[in-house]
Amino acid sequence: MAVTEVRISIHPAGLNPKDIAEKIKEQFPDQVIEVAEFRDQVAVIVKRDNIVEICRYLHDDPHLSLDHLQDITAVDYLNKKDVRFEVVYNLYSIRYRHKIRIRAQVPENDPEIDSVVPIWAGANWHERECFDMFGIVFTGHPDLRRILLPEDWEGHPLRKDYPLEGPEPDKDWPGFTEVLKRSKELREFEWEG
Amino acid sequence: MIQREAEKIFETRELNVNMGPQHPATHGVLRLVLDIDGETIVKVTPYVGYLHRGIEKLGESLSYFQALPLTDRMDYVSAMSNNIGYCVAVEKLFGIEAPERAKFIRTMVGEMSRIANHLLWLATHALDIGAMTVFLYCFREREWILELYEMICGARLTVTYPRIGGVRNDISQEFLDSLYKFTEEFPSRVLEYETLIDQNRIWLRRTKGIGVISAEEAVNWGMTGPTLRGSGVPYDIRKHMPYDAYDKVEFDVPIGTEGDTYDRYRCRMLEMRQSNKIIRQCIEKLPLGPVMADAPKFTLPPKDYILKDMEHLIHQFMLITKGPIVPEGEIYVATEVPKGELGFYFVSDGSGKPYRMRVRAPSFIHAGCLPRLCVGHLVADVIAAIGTIDIVLGECDR
Amino acid sequence: MLIDTSTTGLIQVEEGTKILPPNVIITTFDKIINWGRLSSIWPTTFGLACCAIEMMAAGAAHYDFDRFGIIFRGSPRQADCIIVAGTVTKKMAPVVRRVYDQIPEPRYVVAMGSCACTGGVFRTYSTVQGCDTFLPVDVYVPGCPPRPETLLEGMMLLQEKIRKEQARWSPWR
Repeated sequence: MAVTEVRISIHPAGLNPKDIAEKIKEQFPDQVIEVAEFRDQVAVIVKRDNIVEICRYLHDDPHLSLDHLQDITAVDYLNKKDVRFEVVYNLYSIRYRHKIRIRAQVPENDPEIDSVVPIWAGANWHERECFDMFGIVFTGHPDLRRILLPEDWEGHPLRKDYPLEGPEPDKDWPGFTEVLKRSKELREFEWEG
Repeated sequence: MIQREAEKIFETRELNVNMGPQHPATHGVLRLVLDIDGETIVKVTPYVGYLHRGIEKLGESLSYFQALPLTDRMDYVSAMSNNIGYCVAVEKLFGIEAPERAKFIRTMVGEMSRIANHLLWLATHALDIGAMTVFLYCFREREWILELYEMICGARLTVTYPRIGGVRNDISQEFLDSLYKFTEEFPSRVLEYETLIDQNRIWLRRTKGIGVISAEEAVNWGMTGPTLRGSGVPYDIRKHMPYDAYDKVEFDVPIGTEGDTYDRYRCRMLEMRQSNKIIRQCIEKLPLGPVMADAPKFTLPPKDYILKDMEHLIHQFMLITKGPIVPEGEIYVATEVPKGELGFYFVSDGSGKPYRMRVRAPSFIHAGCLPRLCVGHLVADVIAAIGTIDIVLGECDR
Repeated sequence: MLIDTSTTGLIQVEEGTKILPPNVIITTFDKIINWGRLSSIWPTTFGLACCAIEMMAAGAAHYDFDRFGIIFRGSPRQADCIIVAGTVTKKMAPVVRRVYDQIPEPRYVVAMGSCACTGGVFRTYSTVQGCDTFLPVDVYVPGCPPRPETLLEGMMLLQEKIRKEQARWSPWR
């Protein structure tokens, strides 16, 4: 049978996340700002300049082999930290079963960072969503446009200064205000029971 | 010269076809723009976002307890698994643990939702390819599972039964008896579906060799779950990073070889049988005890204590109005939902509301892999490819 | 049941309908045509979100829709009703309106689920707070999601509404 049932064993994970953080600090000493730990999960905070090299090292190194990109997302620390945005990469190794988190700081006045699409093809849509929700531009991305909102939407919703209920009804997305206008015009032709 | 004349008259161009957000292949509001050359596909561009409801932003303005019902509505086909993923992540953030009985109950309902999801997947996949009988058969079983859900918690679809720290209420013996009867009859029903389509010539022609992807490429594109395991990669979070009671039950994980639609279909059928086995073991090993963790600062105390004791009353008041006092930090926890890997990334700033709630949805990533899976195939194979990656737009768009 | 004991031998079945036994029925055009229309409402498949699953369950074997004459048609041109099942977002609103405009008259709209009625749980920047902001809704079916029996009740309310209509089918309305 082409599909077989395999008993995968539950054996302990590979390297300790702190060791992976140490390795990153050895390789890129001037890029690492801080190593944060919370409930056995380690995050390495780096500058955004050499993010592609760091990720390539983590992907290609035979002892780390962090080949599964779980998630790319961003967080907006408006007024809480000096640098406003942080792009967060969650990485996992299927072979060795260890993981690490990389946080790259992106300032507000120049929200750009290199794209990691050459390393992981799955990063394509993750980065498009970050651009859509936060306005962070990924240089080198093959097709950076909005994905979840309409293409001509104004504003980046997940920023902390964007209202939850959206813009005022007269400043709303023109596609929707058009629908409302047209439905009002066509209402006189509707059956009035 | 006649040939050149003929070529000028019969000039062919690529055609741009829109498979709009409303189409009868009931997968929700997915829009595909196909560039086709005759009948062969050159490029596929998916457009998503027609169901973007702003769940992540809404989660930032609600407390951890209030944001739990939002997770039901993401992957609405298997609502229990979403809730379990959220609860496991938030419990790790809080630093509490659910009691043993609650863990086993959560494993049980999680596997029931896996069966329900795979039944609906099979129903719609087969209906799109043309086998309509399978749709009605699968819904018959799914109604049974939804009736069992109603017996536990009163709701069929959007359940919100697993809570932070355990589950909402205890289960009755009547429910366990009906569930046991279900596990006894279910393997014969799976056999029914398999006899209908497994060796059917039309099914084999339409699924073998469609959407082939190799193991390294599948990992590179970010696939997870049965979509990845059909290509031969042994990645199952229930075995890699066990949560709940998965380290106390024995089960196998089906792994494919070819990486085509047929192998992914066989993976999911075998997974249904394995889930049946897990449910049976859970019923047999279910321990006695409480179903909610005893951590007054993070979970709501039982109702009769609130009415008698001042301290519990104050705890309940503070939890409901202000939310739990959570230490500052961030966490990423992944669970194995029927569709793949559902990850929750929380950033907490010390207040009762999440500062950032990020949902890593498997359907979003798989929908991004559609361009890779469909190139070179015919238009009808696009339908088979959409079916095999098993997307649900509520989760994809959040 | 009033028995008309006049010499003609007509039996009045209900208000406005008389039977001359064994096989002559005298009634108005309205009643006959409305009866035909309400017994075969054909919705167009428009499942958006979670309520679509309950709509599919209502159409499957357990809570059968077909016994009411309700068959789901794929194209709006062949349908006479649209069941908006699920959340309508601002990106999707033009599409919903376009599908509704393509349905030939007489047409009906059933808003199924809390999100279609009033926006539901999602009071956010991208959700339309109820599809009645741009569609004339006939029946509201609340619930999150409504049980299949609730949807059947909604369709029966729509049938009652059709039964009471007057001359909607005619060119002289």
